[in-house]
Amino acid sequence: MKLNERSVAHYATCDSPADHAGFLRKRVERHHHHTHHYHTTSYQRRWFVLKGNLLFYFEERESREPVGLVVLEGCTVELCEAAEEFAFAIRFDDAGARAYVLVADGHAAMEAWVKALSRASFDYMRLVVRELEKQLEEACKSLAACHKSPRRSSSSGRKRHLSNPALLPLQEKPAVLENGYSTWGSGSDVPGGAACPDHDGGHAKPPPLPPRRRSATSGIMGSPVPSLPPAMPESPVSPESACFSKLHSWYGQEIVALRREWQERQKRGYP
Amino acid sequence: MRYNERELLCLARQPAEKAAEILMRVPKKGSVLKKRLVKLVVNFLFYFRTDEAEPIGALLLEHCRITKEEENVFSISFVEEPERKYCFECDSEEQCQEWIEALKRASYEFMRRSLIFYRNEIQKMTGK
Repeated sequence: MKLNERSVAHYATCDSPADHAGFLRKRVERHHHHTHHYHTTSYQRRWFVLKGNLLFYFEERESREPVGLVVLEGCTVELCEAAEEFAFAIRFDDAGARAYVLVADGHAAMEAWVKALSRASFDYMRLVVRELEKQLEEACKSLAACHKSPRRSSSSGRKRHLSNPALLPLQEKPAVLENGYSTWGSGSDVPGGAACPDHDGGHAKPPPLPPRRRSATSGIMGSPVPSLPPAMPESPVSPESACFSKLHSWYGQEIVALRREWQERQKRGYP
Repeated sequence: MRYNERELLCLARQPAEKAAEILMRVPKKGSVLKKRLVKLVVNFLFYFRTDEAEPIGALLLEHCRITKEEENVFSISFVEEPERKYCFECDSEEQCQEWIEALKRASYEFMRRSLIFYRNEIQKMTGK
């Protein structure tokens, strides 16, 4: 099967930040008739770079082209009961597929890799984004309910709003790891000015993300919204957050607080 | 560059975000439009001969540009080689637009931007 390898290799080496990077020792898999008879298990030290659901490995850190790629869909990452300390394995659901056994330099490195790889799949990322999308809609509805002015829907209904991520200029500064390699930490501020995006309904199938948004009304824009400090504090939830329930409870708390605020404002005769 | 082809083939058999029979032309000299089963799964676009179970090829959809060409036609090219275009001729303008939209959102990088965007919007709205 053909693959657009040149483009893939370019993606691996271009300066888009990686999700994780570091040296790992990769067990050499020998294709043997008697595969269970390893006389010696050997490992090769490689420079690994994780970008999204793609794990690249290079001979050297400075290598201009990856030696290999592991596509991380339909796999699990688990600690390994191998002879080596700090070993973990990437195993695929597909029966009979080979596992990748990797060895980190230490306990912290091993944990960081297992964490990063466990969350690397596209499916996982998609779930997280959809969840956030829902939370945003909930927050929007709560806020919109505060305002009495009716919402104005855009005439064509299909205009792209400025808040569409596809159009936003990117100014995130990825964190820099100890070894100088830059990665995505938790995202920092994205320039906005976006008001509450409205959910455009009527999607037939699993909607592409994010759905097109209609312009929010002046009603929302004009009302006093809790003012925010320009430098936003670090969110407890980041793309690395493992736990869904944590995401749920964190955003859930915010919604509860918001509703309470709104109710109090109502009582005080909010104009 | 080595890659786990077996897993990619397995991925090609997964439920698709979008699939259709579309006329496709690869950026090779003298190549012509051929009917292919085109299937979008995560950030890969697989293409099959219409009667075959295994794909002929796969395109990783990162750092790519999706361009509307003439009527019913869109192309996929990659940032480092913008002249090399994979062309797709759809049955209708509507189908063409649907594919363009779906492919633009199919990258991991796009999802990453969405995630950052939503998180920031939620922070703004909930006063954090």
